[in-house]
Amino acid sequence: MTKAIDLDLVRHIGKLSRIELSDEQVALFSRQLAGILEYFGKLQELDTANVEPMAHAVELSNVFGADAPGESLSPDEALANAAQRDGNFFKVPKVIGDSQ
Amino acid sequence: MSGVTDLSALELRDAIAAGDVSAVQATEAYLDAISSSEPQVQAFNEVFAERAVEQAMAIDARRSRGEPLGALGGVPVAVKDNMCTTYGRTTCSSKILAGFKAPYTATAVRKLEDAGAVIIGKTNMDEFAMGSSTEHSAFRPTRNPWNAGCVPGGSSGGSAAAVAARQCAAALGSDTGGSIRQPAAFCGVVGLKPTYGRVSRYGLVAFGSSLDQIGALTRDVRDCALVTGVIAGHDPKDSTSVPLDVPDYLAAVDAPVEKLRVGLPREFYSDALDAEINAAIRKAAETYESLGAKIVEVSLPHSRIDRDAAGRLSSYAVACYYIVATAEASSNLARYDGVHFGHRTAQKADDIIELYSKTRAEGFGDEVKRRIMLGTYALSAGYYDAYYNKALKVRRLIAGDFKAALNACDVLLCPASPTPAFRLGEKTDDPLQMYLADVYTISVNLAGLPGIVIPCGVSKAGLPIGMQLIGPAMSEEKILRAAGMYETGSGVRRLMPEIAKT
Repeated sequence: MTKAIDLDLVRHIGKLSRIELSDEQVALFSRQLAGILEYFGKLQELDTANVEPMAHAVELSNVFGADAPGESLSPDEALANAAQRDGNFFKVPKVIGDSQ
Repeated sequence: MSGVTDLSALELRDAIAAGDVSAVQATEAYLDAISSSEPQVQAFNEVFAERAVEQAMAIDARRSRGEPLGALGGVPVAVKDNMCTTYGRTTCSSKILAGFKAPYTATAVRKLEDAGAVIIGKTNMDEFAMGSSTEHSAFRPTRNPWNAGCVPGGSSGGSAAAVAARQCAAALGSDTGGSIRQPAAFCGVVGLKPTYGRVSRYGLVAFGSSLDQIGALTRDVRDCALVTGVIAGHDPKDSTSVPLDVPDYLAAVDAPVEKLRVGLPREFYSDALDAEINAAIRKAAETYESLGAKIVEVSLPHSRIDRDAAGRLSSYAVACYYIVATAEASSNLARYDGVHFGHRTAQKADDIIELYSKTRAEGFGDEVKRRIMLGTYALSAGYYDAYYNKALKVRRLIAGDFKAALNACDVLLCPASPTPAFRLGEKTDDPLQMYLADVYTISVNLAGLPGIVIPCGVSKAGLPIGMQLIGPAMSEEKILRAAGMYETGSGVRRLMPEIAKT
């Protein structure tokens, strides 16, 4: 068995991830994430001092498109899946709340 | 019309072009097959019965006018539900996208349609392609057509099961860490993950952007060459797609590779591997030898697979992959915010952060939450170097191993999975055990290489066994030809589960 990571740390990651977690989920994820993170620790066995990071398998240089207008979605198409709209805008609750 | 669903995609295309079968007959035969086996298999999130028949009628009309029908003219193909289509829904088997209607169609799907394919439906998957069993679908698990108590693999489990059960002539899947190849092995079909950049990702819902590729799941190697040829190619809408011409894979596939050198990576043949799979692949190596190929031993040190003291599989590549993939996922899935599209919470939210957090808590399943949180953690201040940057360096070591090994041989012959299909529920409580189901496939995504899985036998328990061939970047033609040599030489082809024998 692996040790659980700190419950407060799980809550903090939940907050950074913008996922509300119940107390039961915090407890479950702290156990599961601890096991996985311990497994990740295996990489520390490897000496990578002189290795460049590799972010992409095909290391293409910048790809530029022509600076020409093309087809795009109409406002109605772009807004068709929105939960709430107001004219041609996405509608959300007030952005600055008391919890800020 | 019986017998139509027994034809391969290529045979069906030719039969339709010759007028022996109409496209409508073919589509109706597959819709009948879906009606009969779907209650057990549950491969589809949505079946486009009406639209598919209309598409087939259009193909028949073209034939009656003497027009060409295309490389897949009238052939019913299923598409994994993480590829956007302007018709039906694109759900990724997630509650957060349950009602999502895409405003555009993925390039790979559009290419199928341009080639005359009939899109018969969208297939089930692990939510956002995160999983190895299709049990992480928010809707329902898909069952393995060979044994309803077993998983079909994942995340493209719906597509693999649909092909195996003869519910479609071919299907598209996507592969971020083995999600085409592992289900192909579990369901006894052929699955090819192309080189990163070979197929456009435009319209594929992003999971791990440096790893994701769309590919074909088919009944035999020729069909795989046919479908891969249709979907491959540069796309200005995907800046990571590679601007190279696409060879005629189908024309090339029957030609054996002269003086083929088959490499066996010694690290993949440890006691971590199931004995029956080991024996089946050793036998495949003998088949290659009998066809004049040379077998060489090669080494992939950073993809080594062992067992640790607790008996658990141990692999640097799995650790590396699950850092890189979750980091990319945490960034990609930030877009599900309840504002632009997808589910929004009905609970009261006092501010935008609360709206996001409640929406995402309701919309994502536990595995997606775990991965977003792992990736967020790996990228967060104080941990970035220890996890993410370290993983990117190990990724280069893994890719370098493949380059060296593939200098000493033409293709690598390896397992596709440590075991045949496992039972439903066996790994759902232990996420790490589920991750380890990908141990033979993930390095290929990290290195960006093409890999094909083809069936090479059936276990004593009656489950298919798959083998994997891996080649250098852009060597799809070579691995297809090598796969075709085995398929012809061994006679192991078009495995069919009982459920499809009606």
